[in-house]
Amino acid sequence: MADDRRGDEAGTHPPARELLSAADVTRTIARIAHQIIEKTAGSPEAGVVLIGIPTRGTPLARRLAAAVAEFGGTAPAVGSVDPTLHRDDLRRRPARPLEDTVVPEGGFDDKLVVLVDDVLMSGRTVRAALDALSDHGRPRAVQLAVLVDRGHRELPIRADYVGKNVPTSRDEQIRVLLTETDDRDAVLLRRSAPSPAGASSTGPGEDA
Amino acid sequence: MKHLLSVTDLDAAAATGLLDTSDRLKQALLGREVRKLPTLRGRTVITLFYEDSTRTRVSFEVAGKWMSADTVNVSAKGSSVSKGESLRDTGLTLSAMGADCVIVRHPASGAAHRLAAWSDRDRDATGTHTSVVNAGDGTHEHPTQALLDAATLRDRLGSVAGRRIGIVGDVLHSRVARSNVFLLATLGAEVVLVAPPTLLPVGVEQWPCRVGPELDAELPTLDAVMMLRVQAERMRGSFFPSAREYAVGYGLSQERAALLPEHAVVLHPGPMMRGMEIAPAVADSPGAAILAQVRNGVHVRMAVLYHLLAGAPE
Repeated sequence: MADDRRGDEAGTHPPARELLSAADVTRTIARIAHQIIEKTAGSPEAGVVLIGIPTRGTPLARRLAAAVAEFGGTAPAVGSVDPTLHRDDLRRRPARPLEDTVVPEGGFDDKLVVLVDDVLMSGRTVRAALDALSDHGRPRAVQLAVLVDRGHRELPIRADYVGKNVPTSRDEQIRVLLTETDDRDAVLLRRSAPSPAGASSTGPGEDA
Repeated sequence: MKHLLSVTDLDAAAATGLLDTSDRLKQALLGREVRKLPTLRGRTVITLFYEDSTRTRVSFEVAGKWMSADTVNVSAKGSSVSKGESLRDTGLTLSAMGADCVIVRHPASGAAHRLAAWSDRDRDATGTHTSVVNAGDGTHEHPTQALLDAATLRDRLGSVAGRRIGIVGDVLHSRVARSNVFLLATLGAEVVLVAPPTLLPVGVEQWPCRVGPELDAELPTLDAVMMLRVQAERMRGSFFPSAREYAVGYGLSQERAALLPEHAVVLHPGPMMRGMEIAPAVADSPGAAILAQVRNGVHVRMAVLYHLLAGAPE
């Protein structure tokens, strides 16, 4: 979840490199929207639902839905699923706050669900989100859209729609900023400050 | 959070955090086919009740089960307590059996605090880690009841801060009243107590609330009124002349309920003595949130278990 990359704005870090500007973010969302239209065109009767993974997956899903409506005509339903209660690393940190789970009107039984998140890394968040999703219904199929894929997968999970592939090292951090939650749109990359000895299990974006 | 013993351990941020978690859990469970979360898989929650209870015990058990914890119920009747085992020995026995959390209700005020202190000492000695939740200790505190009342008020009124809430009846014997006064004050509400003078505790003037002399005068300005049960089982002596006289002076009759503003919420922690502190027609009216309190009770207790047990031990 993007939360874990918050709170590093203190300025003690080396300067961040901008991977995507605000205009790039808008263009990337438009491209993913086109791909969603293309890839789901064969099954219009099924209906498409975009489900964001909080925090930043939710506004991304909303923007994607608006873009799909603009380019393709029909606006997909939007919701969100909080994976926290299904995480496999809950016991490694103090209890985390929960986020919104909103199942769209009519549910998503037999619909095509596109899960939306900002950064894909280990795949563990997506795994938890898939479990959370299946508690609320049985989609016909589930696909995954991410703004940034930074590698370092720990589970057999891949994205169907990728905004940008960014090869990273584990000690780098990816921060996605969206105007809904931050001051602007951007994707930043920075090398994280040397972590306190042995604190590697809570590395940045470890759970993305 | 290691134990939940008193609402005075919670500041506004911690209390709001618990209420937010409760709302999110309610949201996550809304309308789903399978009401089961894997969050507390492998954790053991034991309820240890030295007093009778329906709501609190069952809702803790349901809360634990919905999050996949293993829940075990121990009641004083039918356990070694009736053979004379002490609270300390029983508590440490449950810890030794692997309880991650012991939820205790006891007729003695302070029992949960004692149990938590023994549990902490045991943890230093043996490394076992058992959280203690106070589910009512004598006439002292009942923190999860106050939290579920606050959750219900938030649902119905939109917020607790700035609201005026009346608590009416047997304040002296009521752990619910004490926990509510302190929690609601922490959350920014204005609390008014109305009770027969014989049923107000010593030192009530130090509580963060006002004492109102007459119920009818307070009702028109209240956003919510909480009716307390007269706890006959704790009364040694006579505190008021007769049940009928009590009902006339402090019961929420239909005529009295009509004095409340349109939006006002009627709460009762249960069990209700219909006709005594609350008229049946009022208890079943749309303004009453008594069953909503029970529903919120499960979610609030899930939130408490989540905050105590889901994360890494602090």
